[in-house]
Amino acid sequence: MAAVDATGGQALPAIVAASTGARRGPRLGIVFWIALGWIVALVAAAAFADLLPFPSPTDMDMLERRAAPSAEHWLGTDGLGRDVAARLLFGARASLTVGLCAPLISLVFGGAFGLLAGYFRGRLDTGIRGAADVLLAFPPLVLALAVTAFMGQSLLNMTLILGFLGIPVFTRVARSATLALAQREFVTAARALGATHTRILVHELLPNVALPLAAFLLVAIAVNIVVESALSFLGLGVPPPQPSWGSMIGEGRESLDSAAWLAFTPAGVMFATVLAFNLVGDTVRAVTDPRRAAGS
Amino acid sequence: MIRLFARRLLYLLPVLFGVALLTFLIASLLPGDLATVLLGDQATPETLAALRRDLGLDQPIPLRFAHWLAQVLQGDLGRSFRTGQTVVAAIAERLPVSIELMLLAQLGALLVAVPLAIVCAVREGGRFDRFVTGLAFASLSVPSLLSAIVLIWLLAVRLSWLPATGYVPLDESAIGNLRCMALPALTLAMGEWPALMRVLRSDMISTLKEDYIALARAKGLKPARVLLVHALKPSSLTLVTVAGINIARLLGGALIVEAIFALPGVGRLLLGSVFNRDLVLLQGVVLFVGAAFVAVNLAVDMLYAVLDPRIRHGRG
Repeated sequence: MAAVDATGGQALPAIVAASTGARRGPRLGIVFWIALGWIVALVAAAAFADLLPFPSPTDMDMLERRAAPSAEHWLGTDGLGRDVAARLLFGARASLTVGLCAPLISLVFGGAFGLLAGYFRGRLDTGIRGAADVLLAFPPLVLALAVTAFMGQSLLNMTLILGFLGIPVFTRVARSATLALAQREFVTAARALGATHTRILVHELLPNVALPLAAFLLVAIAVNIVVESALSFLGLGVPPPQPSWGSMIGEGRESLDSAAWLAFTPAGVMFATVLAFNLVGDTVRAVTDPRRAAGS
Repeated sequence: MIRLFARRLLYLLPVLFGVALLTFLIASLLPGDLATVLLGDQATPETLAALRRDLGLDQPIPLRFAHWLAQVLQGDLGRSFRTGQTVVAAIAERLPVSIELMLLAQLGALLVAVPLAIVCAVREGGRFDRFVTGLAFASLSVPSLLSAIVLIWLLAVRLSWLPATGYVPLDESAIGNLRCMALPALTLAMGEWPALMRVLRSDMISTLKEDYIALARAKGLKPARVLLVHALKPSSLTLVTVAGINIARLLGGALIVEAIFALPGVGRLLLGSVFNRDLVLLQGVVLFVGAAFVAVNLAVDMLYAVLDPRIRHGRG
């Protein structure tokens, strides 16, 4: 019984994908759309935070410390009387700036290195893999900590460092995808037609490597949001008084016994965001999985 | 086996060298060298230059790197300029805390992950499997920062079962030590069980489809025996790798968790060296963490070869 179920379960998605693929692509499910909606709403809210009717995220009001939610302060105020909702939105700016920009840097450089290593193989491959292994041997937070401590705290520095640290992982993803693709017929055909290396890399391989890289990008965004908040929590992220989810959690921890929501609100928003990026990334990966595409 | 070991080692030596080089470059190329840190902002250019000459900082970087590397190879990582303690002694003092935390966390994560994975693999696609797989996916999105906050709030603030922060040495009180290690270990374990569960579950599902499992069942062996004796060992290869990577990472101290719970491990040492701009200490700890990571990875590769004969005899 179980064996029948298992084989049936494997064949079914391929059929579904094939039949619906003819119309509008595979069905993505309600969870995917909720996750995507959350991301879009958050990005929009963070981008237009200045235009929204919230108090300043840095204005202190010592008479209204740790106030409960009210018409004036939708999510209450923190230990220094600052508006929590506004701090969450402006904190989203820091998280999303680092979360979106750093993986893009990693994607561009890691993708290029991976393509070159996987296509040319040989010494270049060994060199690139060795460099990637060296970077991977450092726990990412350690390197980020050391570099922020010396280069100074700013959003730009943090983005650059985290982007640099993400390069080896993207290199690996791009390299393994390229290795498999470089053996395929269409590459051999292009070479037989006299295509240059540049043409094969840009026109034949890049479009095919782009999909797994894009799926991985979404997961990397989630990881970078977490690392950003960790650095801010440790006091090495966005310089205060600028809000960040990590530093909000850090400040909220001091009053866990009297006002636990001050830590739980930013923590919950961060969890929802990370989960949303992971969910969308997982769906994109499943949809663009070359094994599944080959099967259907 | 030995040839495989030699080949891996031969590849890892340049990686280790690269780790050392990068460590050195980070500390020497970034603005704010040891002389500026020691003398502060008020230093005149003349005193700075004099101190740099004394410390050998005026020499070209390749020469300084060679000098430093020669010292490191002799086991001398230098002295912290703040405490005067040697870097090796500082690491040796903190390492047991990080190792204990790592072991407890791994143990906790495996205790949750292995039974769940086995049950899920047996009832693949069932209600319990779908629930646990979904839970694991959601748990992967919970940063340790978040689970730490929730655990402190629940177990320390609300129920006051466990202390929220602080550290009691093992030789002072074993129970006190375990009590203060419980929350940090739990926090780490919560982040690790999903990955362990997922790899063991998927490996187990493919193992259970093998012919020899059907044969074992046909022979009338008890289902538990088939699962635990015949299926578990060949399914645990990826699990070993993932657990190994976790161990390698945690040897360098769980930065966030040690900071939240104020545990005096390697992570806190590193954090302190960053805040104090203690360059020599920072250099030494980062090099140790990187080298430990490389070494544990080598050990995991070897264990992998022991567990799977195909790797031992194949191309590897």
